Amino acid sequence: MTDQATRLVLPSHIEAVADAAAAAADFARTCGLTDDAAFGIDMAVREAITNAIVHGNKEDDAKQVELTLNCSQNAVEIQVKDQGEGFDAESVPDPTAPENILKTSGRGNFLIKNLMDEVHWSSGAGGTTVRMVKKF
Amino acid sequence: MAELNIRERQAGDITVLDMDGRITIGEGSVALRSAVRRLLEEGKKKILLNLAGVGYIDSSGIGELVSSYTAINKEGGQLKLLSLTQKLRDLLTITKLLTVFDSYDDEAEALSNFK
Repeated sequence: MTDQATRLVLPSHIEAVADAAAAAADFARTCGLTDDAAFGIDMAVREAITNAIVHGNKEDDAKQVELTLNCSQNAVEIQVKDQGEGFDAESVPDPTAPENILKTSGRGNFLIKNLMDEVHWSSGAGGTTVRMVKKF
Repeated sequence: MAELNIRERQAGDITVLDMDGRITIGEGSVALRSAVRRLLEEGKKKILLNLAGVGYIDSSGIGELVSSYTAINKEGGQLKLLSLTQKLRDLLTITKLLTVFDSYDDEAEALSNFK
């Protein structure tokens, strides 16, 4: 498989999430990942973009979300970048803890970590970037 | 076509919601919330969600299942899940929510376990 890359710029609308997640899954299949792995990428990208739009950009029409997809011989690497005020990934409580189990939100990052092989959040004044890797 | 189609039927005093589609942020989650809230307003507090046709759910959809569960319990009712797809079962397992929800593969067994 030769290296491939794609970059999408999305509006800060929830309606953009499904198509972007499907595009990421299609990209992963093209790179050679299995349907199951591509399904995981669909879900992880869906959660990351939802976070970027809702919590990062706060659905501000003036802000965008950048989705970058790269594939190499060993892995698919995905980055989702928002233009929000930044966010501390460590501050999100464990949604599986007994005191949080009946909370209605707070599971998105947990799912991303479970679906991908590597996940790293970096945050600053220019926004938050989540880098996710799924290995072959 | 709607993201989530919900068909309602009665089995005695139990309301079964046959769901087909996706429970995701936006339309799908709102459709589930609206259906459950409407049933509670009508005094229907025993609800079986048939999820056989739900092939995709995100964290918002999972949150809506939890919200439905707590809303129904608060009214003294019961919520049970029927026919989880493997992907949904996997998600509820890793989020430890399978320990919270009462779930069944057989409808007759699910119905007989309502009190």
